[in-house]
Amino acid sequence: MERDLVIIGGGPAGLAAAIEAKKNGIDDILILERDKRLGGILQQCIHNGFGLHVFKEQLTGPEYAQRFIDEVEALGIDYKLETMVLHLSKDKRITALNPKDGLIEIKAKAIILAMGCRERTRGALNIPGSRPAGIFTAGSAQRFVNMEGYMVGKKVVILGSGDIGLIMARRMTLEGAEVKMVVEIMPYSTGLKRNIVQCLEDFDIPLLFNHTVTKIHGKHRVEGVTIARVNENKRPIEGTEKFVECDTLLLSVGLIPENELSREADIDINPITNGAYVSELMETSVEGIFACGNVVHVHDLVDYVTMESYLAGYGAAKYIKGERIKWEKIFKTIAMKGIRYVVPNFICPQNIREEVNFYMRVNDVYKNVYLVVRDKKGVIYKIKKNHVSPGEMERIKLSKEILQRVDEELVFELKEVEE
Amino acid sequence: MFDVIIVGAGIVGVSIARELSRYDLKCLVIEKSSDIANGSTKANSGILHAGYDAKEGTLKAKFNVLGSQMYEEICKELDVPYKRNGSLVLAFDDEDTKQIETLYERGLKNGVKELSIIDKNTLLSLEPNLQENVVGALYAKTAAIVSPFELAIALAENANENGVEFMLNTKVDKIYKEKDHFVIETNKGAFKSNYIVNAAGLFSDEINDMLGGEKFRIIPRRGEYCLFDKSSGNLVTRTIFQPPSKKGKGILVAPTVHGNLFVGPNAREIDIRDDVSTSREGIEEIIRGANRSVKNLNLRDIITSFAGVRATPSTGDFVINIPTKNAVNAAGIESPGLTAAPAIAPYVVSLLENQGLKLYKKANFINKRKNTKLFINMTEDEKRNALSVNSLYGRIICRCEHITEGDIVNAIKRPLGARTVDGVKKRVRAGMGRCQGGFCMPRVVEILSRELNVPMTEILKSEEGSYILTGRTK
Repeated sequence: MERDLVIIGGGPAGLAAAIEAKKNGIDDILILERDKRLGGILQQCIHNGFGLHVFKEQLTGPEYAQRFIDEVEALGIDYKLETMVLHLSKDKRITALNPKDGLIEIKAKAIILAMGCRERTRGALNIPGSRPAGIFTAGSAQRFVNMEGYMVGKKVVILGSGDIGLIMARRMTLEGAEVKMVVEIMPYSTGLKRNIVQCLEDFDIPLLFNHTVTKIHGKHRVEGVTIARVNENKRPIEGTEKFVECDTLLLSVGLIPENELSREADIDINPITNGAYVSELMETSVEGIFACGNVVHVHDLVDYVTMESYLAGYGAAKYIKGERIKWEKIFKTIAMKGIRYVVPNFICPQNIREEVNFYMRVNDVYKNVYLVVRDKKGVIYKIKKNHVSPGEMERIKLSKEILQRVDEELVFELKEVEE
Repeated sequence: MFDVIIVGAGIVGVSIARELSRYDLKCLVIEKSSDIANGSTKANSGILHAGYDAKEGTLKAKFNVLGSQMYEEICKELDVPYKRNGSLVLAFDDEDTKQIETLYERGLKNGVKELSIIDKNTLLSLEPNLQENVVGALYAKTAAIVSPFELAIALAENANENGVEFMLNTKVDKIYKEKDHFVIETNKGAFKSNYIVNAAGLFSDEINDMLGGEKFRIIPRRGEYCLFDKSSGNLVTRTIFQPPSKKGKGILVAPTVHGNLFVGPNAREIDIRDDVSTSREGIEEIIRGANRSVKNLNLRDIITSFAGVRATPSTGDFVINIPTKNAVNAAGIESPGLTAAPAIAPYVVSLLENQGLKLYKKANFINKRKNTKLFINMTEDEKRNALSVNSLYGRIICRCEHITEGDIVNAIKRPLGARTVDGVKKRVRAGMGRCQGGFCMPRVVEILSRELNVPMTEILKSEEGSYILTGRTK
């Protein structure tokens, strides 16, 4: 089978990318989704708070997804469900599998990677102790509770203050479970402030910073965990251990972009984000393969995923139509003091639509700082921030006009505000 | 009335069961846990040792070398992965060099073939990721790797297909003689048998006590392991040992038959026999140990850590003897027990025969298993055929290992099929990958529930009490 554009993943990223590509004149589009329905992880996010930026209203996850699914249907974009991509090559050949068609071979003119991310597990953290039932990643617990209608435990400790963990603290409480505490190894939360207020504080669930789980107890089912305070090197401090009785441990300790296919296609991966390096049009290091959403870097807000994915859809359309200018005069973006990473990573100014949204995360909590963008010649843009945190992604919008004048490189950094 | 009852469904018990299934006998395997290979066999290194470790003249030495020669054929018959990847014992200084020379000599005496001592340059050309301060190594080309639980399950399945019965979740409380046969009392009722084999692993001393055999004790020694993602799987191609110390063979670094990398085990005596918990100190110890052998170990690739307990006998050698008339001990089978198991089995059967068990070869013994291939391992043609017969092969459930619903349903429907989430994982690897079941575990619970026709809330992770769900939502 030959296709102009194949989109791997039918979550919010893939859907938005498909819509924008279609609107930009690409008709032969195929979305490959591994789940039974479109919408991705949003379908299990039944809480609200989605869509404030894109729709200026609060939607639940399934509602947010449905708006895009409806548009995909209205535009007549083709998709295949329960379809898992097994292989991807750099010459844009895809092998996929589903129960209806069996093995499918597709040659695409362009591909958009929108596979999203997966949760870090107990194994990745290497938490010592026994290996009983009752240890869940927050997302798989969420699937059981919200999609299947089953409870995963009665007395719960949550490790990590990532957003899914916070959301699940509230969800489990509403379902009658006792959420004893959320334990966070960092001195700050990795989740959104609003989730801490609405999911923990409103339910009197304690959040312990600088603490971690040092041991899991229980032979067959979790019977408790040992928690301890950690020092500045994140090592448990002896003598601070405390046993907490529980039957369930939920893990919300980070998300990892799912880039196994990208690696197979020899796409360059940024070790900081674990996602592909991308251009101003979200194109990866392999020509004609684009990427967007959580497979590039983990977002806090689906709204930003949507915006980024529109861009990827536009970029792929340009590429297919032969209108994407070759990367000749490009410059790189560089994350410096206080900034962990910036996306996109390289910019070809001629390809910019009207503006570029630069997404970045800081590496620690800072108060009263300037977020500064500069090139070889000097400061291009500067904004004062009262409070920045690794848990909240920062976004800076720069116009095409400004970016066309950039000399060699674009540096993003934090500067202290002088009193 | 059974002819033979085997206590224990670890690698030793099931090897004996398969051997007995060649004959016209009524046999039963009694296992206290919920599945085959749930004790020491589950967390075994999976290494088939060449046979230079054990002192000449011991049962360990004898059965190690024999067993190592038998496995390739067995694995082919049962269609389980086997890879002759070779092993290296590293030397870092003169003392180590003397040690590996001693091992070399011992290996020759034990009858190990294709054994050699290689110099630093040869060593580093074979394994470029070793630390630069190695000076040489003992190279054993006959060492191999297997997946211990897949192997044990395959042996059990094959024994079962040939008529051996299995009782799982069945714990032996008491054994006594009644007239000329044994009565074995369990939580699932009493069973009668003319002969009994003790292959109870970590608890084999307790069974020996019930049989009234000469006393020995099991000293449980725990070993911890870390398993790495397949992206680290090419760090070494051979199994890398360190020179042995009093505490054991040291920390090894090895590829698995499925392309992962693992490091471990340490050795720590413990009080509770089946305490397979890991410790921070233990994990740090094995990482330190592994870093002595290899460079470029990427700790970010660790996908899980686990521990197993060795059934170390107080006697220093395997306890294979006759505790009382018409009984045989196959006890205290610690390392190299996995390697030795296929050689121990016919020996145990001969000890039964010596005591009067009549052995008549079955005319219709089936030595192969059917329908064992995972979708991912099929050729393109096989895949298309499988899909045309069963569309469940088209639905990937475990995204990391590319295990399909067809594979999982197969694992459940096989002889002695999976009944638990861990049972599925051990048979077809769903949940073994980098996300450790994050995505597929809820789906596996659903499939088990559907295929076994039991409510989701009754699906267990592994043993009784390891419930996953606590009830319906409001």
